[in-house]
Amino acid sequence: MNIFDDFIVPLSNFLTRPEILVPLAALSLALVLRFYRTVTKPKIAGGIGIAFVLLFVGSLSDAHFKEIILKADNLPIVLLIASLLFFLWLCLRRAAINDERLERDLPPIEAVHKRQTVLVWPDLVMSEFICLLAVSALLTVWSVGIPAPLEEPASAALTPNPSKAPWYFLGLQEMLVYYDPWLAGVVFPLTIVAGLMTIPYIDTNPRGNGYYTLKDRKFAISVFLFGFLIFWVLLIVIGTFLRGANWNFFGPFEVWDPHKAVPLMNINLSEIFWVKMMNTRLPENWLQREFLGILVVLAYFLIAPLLLAKTVLKEQFQKLDFVRFSIVIMLLLLMLALPIKMLGRWMFNLKYIVYIPEFFFNI
Amino acid sequence: MSDSDKAKREGMFQKLRKTQFWRSVFRHGYPDTQRNRALAVLSNVFLHLHPVRIRKSGLALSFTWCMGGVTFFLFLVETVTGILLMFYYKPVTYEAYNNIQEMKETLPLGMMREMHRWGAHAMVLTVWLHMFRVFMTGSYKPPREFNWVVGVLLLLLTLLLSFTGYLLPWDQLAIWAVTVGSNMARAHPVIGHEGPGASLLMLDDIPLVTVGSDARFILLGGRFVGENALLRFYVLHCVFIPVVAITLMAVHFWRIRKDGGISGPL
Repeated sequence: MNIFDDFIVPLSNFLTRPEILVPLAALSLALVLRFYRTVTKPKIAGGIGIAFVLLFVGSLSDAHFKEIILKADNLPIVLLIASLLFFLWLCLRRAAINDERLERDLPPIEAVHKRQTVLVWPDLVMSEFICLLAVSALLTVWSVGIPAPLEEPASAALTPNPSKAPWYFLGLQEMLVYYDPWLAGVVFPLTIVAGLMTIPYIDTNPRGNGYYTLKDRKFAISVFLFGFLIFWVLLIVIGTFLRGANWNFFGPFEVWDPHKAVPLMNINLSEIFWVKMMNTRLPENWLQREFLGILVVLAYFLIAPLLLAKTVLKEQFQKLDFVRFSIVIMLLLLMLALPIKMLGRWMFNLKYIVYIPEFFFNI
Repeated sequence: MSDSDKAKREGMFQKLRKTQFWRSVFRHGYPDTQRNRALAVLSNVFLHLHPVRIRKSGLALSFTWCMGGVTFFLFLVETVTGILLMFYYKPVTYEAYNNIQEMKETLPLGMMREMHRWGAHAMVLTVWLHMFRVFMTGSYKPPREFNWVVGVLLLLLTLLLSFTGYLLPWDQLAIWAVTVGSNMARAHPVIGHEGPGASLLMLDDIPLVTVGSDARFILLGGRFVGENALLRFYVLHCVFIPVVAITLMAVHFWRIRKDGGISGPL
């Protein structure tokens, strides 16, 4: 019996299914944020890091995994994962040290030499120059070592399967599994950009300016990390490494078989309501047919804010003025719309909450 | 080298520094005094984007990660290698692919395209890490709110620069990645022909937003990714977006200084 083939491969292929991987990653991030002072201790974090490296190196023995991971254009995503894990550790570690100091009424490390300044020439210019040399060296090695790929000449008649957007947009392409292009490709990206720009104006917390901390800005940092690491970077990783022919899911050790059959069982909310529950045909009129979905969406954007303001977000509601709070809650609800639809899909095979193809208006 | 040789050399260097030409370029003495070190920054148009002094905590790499600086440096690398590539590249569908293939043989050191491509990937990465650091240190908080907004625009421009460059090799990867990306535009509400609300824009029975007049058509200059799209992306990639990015970068760097230099505890 081969442990690798019979146990590890099926387990990995199971654990990386989006419906397992996304909740698992979200849970891990929540645990890291909860126990950041313990997890970031060099010995523990180093152990986790070594485990990751061993897992990665071990996986390279699989031919298919190796082929996908070592594809020249996929190297940036491997670098992205490695650097984000490292920098996440770095800032949480510094936050842990600072938060402990703040509890003992000491200033954060960054404030110890608060009044000390240095001359830009030579101190800063020198360190910038060293960074510049290091980056040049790295880029030269990268460029000499890995030739830039060039595929077959462009042909409008030959569609590759899968057709993928550039890697930094693959999070959006992965969202297309759950939302239509007008949302995943237009509304969400525009909201992300607009939402990022509003951050300084909706985060009125004066603490945590210019030093690493988690305790002083728990809400802001948690929302940002979930948005950035789970709903952006993780989706990119899934889109790059785990989506093959026909955008079907393939485990890290699975060959991208273009003939993989996946049952299409997704149904709309209106079908669940009219056909399954009421045992009738779908009404002809779209308003009558979709009234439940429309009500759900309206309730989500109109009633959920009121409930949240009274419960989970009570603190934010008291601190912020009406306009700021409205913007925060709308951005939050739009961000949460993604995991909600994901859960709907994984648990109930839900396709659309509102399905009005008459106007291309599907949610 | 004997001591006398050394003295002689230093003498030469001293003499050079005293020439009218040298003093017309560098208006300050050797930067080994406080005053001359300040002048070295103040009297240099490039260095004066820095303040004269910064707080000591702002020097530590574990605080800054240097990702903003690296991003700017990569932008310069992209500019230099990009200009070199432009000498060998014609943005027309029947030449582009061949030009890229020929570059392997014709370009000096044979790695300018590699540097351009990997540098572009790296730049997307470093710009994200820079944003990550700025967020985690709360450096967008007053008085730096507006500079964060400029930074978000620069992040967007970096992605658009990379996206427009993706098409130029005119291989299968390029054309289909851009097809997938630009297909989003046809679902744009109201102005995309498959977007919700597009059917509202009707003149009697004639739809105004069609496959030949919607947002995607404007982006590609056609109904599919063809020669007009290639030319559009080329101009956007080589001229329009870099000019906008350089302008915003000037604002971004200048505002760092004006908003009190690198952030630190108040």
